[in-house]
Amino acid sequence: METIMAFAVGGMVAGAVYLFLSRQLLRVLFGVILLSNAVNVAILLVGRLTPGQAPLIGQGQEVLGQGLANPLPQALILTAIVIGFGLLSFVLALVYRGYQELGTLDSSQMRTAEPEDAV
Amino acid sequence: MIAWLVAAPILVPLTTAALCAVFWHRPALQRVLSLGGSTLLLILAGLLLARVMEGGVQVAQMGSWAAPFGITLVADTLSALMILIAAVMALAVAVYALGDVDAVRERGGYHIIFQVLMVGVCGSFITGDLFNLYVWFEVMLISSFVLLSLGGTKEQIDGAIKYAAINLIATACFLLAVALLYGVTGTLNMADLAVRVPHVANKGLVSTIAVLFIIAFGMKAAVFPFFFWLPAAYHTPAVAVQAIFAGLLTKVGVYALLRCFTLIFTGDMGWTHGILMWIAGATMLTGALGSLAVRDLRRALSWQVVAHIGYMIMGLAIATPLAIAGTVFYLVHDIVVKTNLFLGAGVVRRLSGGDTSYARLGGLFTAAPILCVVLFVPLASLAGFPPFSGFWSKLLLVRAGLAVENWAIVAVALVTGLLTFWLVGRLWAEMVWKANPAGEALGTASLGGAARVALIAPLVLLSSITVTIGLYAEPLMRLSAMAADGLVDPQAYIDAVLGAVPTTPTLVGAADTVAIEVQP
Repeated sequence: METIMAFAVGGMVAGAVYLFLSRQLLRVLFGVILLSNAVNVAILLVGRLTPGQAPLIGQGQEVLGQGLANPLPQALILTAIVIGFGLLSFVLALVYRGYQELGTLDSSQMRTAEPEDAV
Repeated sequence: MIAWLVAAPILVPLTTAALCAVFWHRPALQRVLSLGGSTLLLILAGLLLARVMEGGVQVAQMGSWAAPFGITLVADTLSALMILIAAVMALAVAVYALGDVDAVRERGGYHIIFQVLMVGVCGSFITGDLFNLYVWFEVMLISSFVLLSLGGTKEQIDGAIKYAAINLIATACFLLAVALLYGVTGTLNMADLAVRVPHVANKGLVSTIAVLFIIAFGMKAAVFPFFFWLPAAYHTPAVAVQAIFAGLLTKVGVYALLRCFTLIFTGDMGWTHGILMWIAGATMLTGALGSLAVRDLRRALSWQVVAHIGYMIMGLAIATPLAIAGTVFYLVHDIVVKTNLFLGAGVVRRLSGGDTSYARLGGLFTAAPILCVVLFVPLASLAGFPPFSGFWSKLLLVRAGLAVENWAIVAVALVTGLLTFWLVGRLWAEMVWKANPAGEALGTASLGGAARVALIAPLVLLSSITVTIGLYAEPLMRLSAMAADGLVDPQAYIDAVLGAVPTTPTLVGAADTVAIEVQP
């Protein structure tokens, strides 16, 4: 199961890199979304997959028993999802504004900040 | 009590930001709050550094969770020094902002976001937890997105999109590296990582993770293959924003590299620090050549930000105590000089009618002779003229390079210094000596009473810091050496965080299992 998941992460990263190579900014952003999801799955994987073993401390015990799910990676993913959501919504709004202001989403034509004649 | 002092660099700007947000519709009050908050941060940062110098590494366990389990804030000499210098920059820029940031940007929440940026910067310097560092990087990132696009001109939107795109990718790399490191060690506490990483059986995996960290922090620090976003974006926003970005943001990346590659990834230094050496050389040369290729004051300075990151990475790559001390010295020197240069370029831009291309500059010496003297200090320090701070920092690094007989990197550093000297000569000729193409240049009196003071005072303050460091380098040199000792031999740091008796990790399973778990 972990091997399959690892390959799935690899596939998602490959897809993300393919999308980064596009000149179309929206595709680059979709690549970012794919990459951040791939990373989230990777975090889940490094905590080891333990299906059906909820991290509950048994009655009378002080610590989590062996073989149960590790709750920390899940907390990390939750944080990462929230942060990623905030960043992405800002960047999507920014790109939309960019389309309104610059009239294009083709990154090779976005030369306002670095005009070609000045170089 | 100490815990409060250690947490103060986060709490003070956070409280200031919250108070500013409460008075959203009263920009005048926000200005006062921002100034007051920055001053308080400076005082507390000074106290913290004094405390660290006196009593060694200061640690605060958040929520009283013992070290490897909770979030730890750690102030060693390097952290405290960086926070102090960041606080000086925050104050200088807060004063400059009084005369620079227009009403539209103020209504858009400039002061609030500026303070939040300082929360992220100070948090990154003080945290002792890798995931927490990620969170502070994000705080810094989101506020820098807003500051960069605040004002919304076409130029800014263009720069902000490129900046945002590359930084989102860097963030994902950083998170992945943190996750993988957690996967092989089972901890995120930096001191605990320093203890456990050498025990990991799979050395190849550790080196791979180390390279991921180089990529993630390298994008933040704008080193060689990842620097393109910086000259594309840094010259576009308000001057106060440019200055704090140029002074602090890339340096946080350098700080993170410095911390991780002296504390955690020291196992395979031939490989990781070899990569860093190549990066350092390439960064210096491309930055210096790029700055000579453009014909605009502010864009040339943006390229110079890249070039001088190379020097700091060079010190880290050499990794002797002298070289690390040189890097720390360089960090302090460069933060002051870069902030000063961008603030100065902002004043020059105002005097030359809102344009800093070489074709529009000139005649500054007849129009504003005193400003020229003030601007000469950071420019000369950038090129490394003795006796300014740039000379001592370069001297330390070159000596460190010669001591390990790495002639190539020393040659690159000196050539970059020469190219920088060329650029400074060109800037001086275009900006100061050449006759103004539009006839008479405007003097600083044209800025108007209050704005004139607000714009010039930070320049004078920062230039005097540069001169002081140059003429009286001994105290900073000693501090840098102290910080370097703490980095080269991190045992004091580890002991302070984990307690005097460090828990040796118990390896569970055979050599083929990569996981290390401490038995309960």
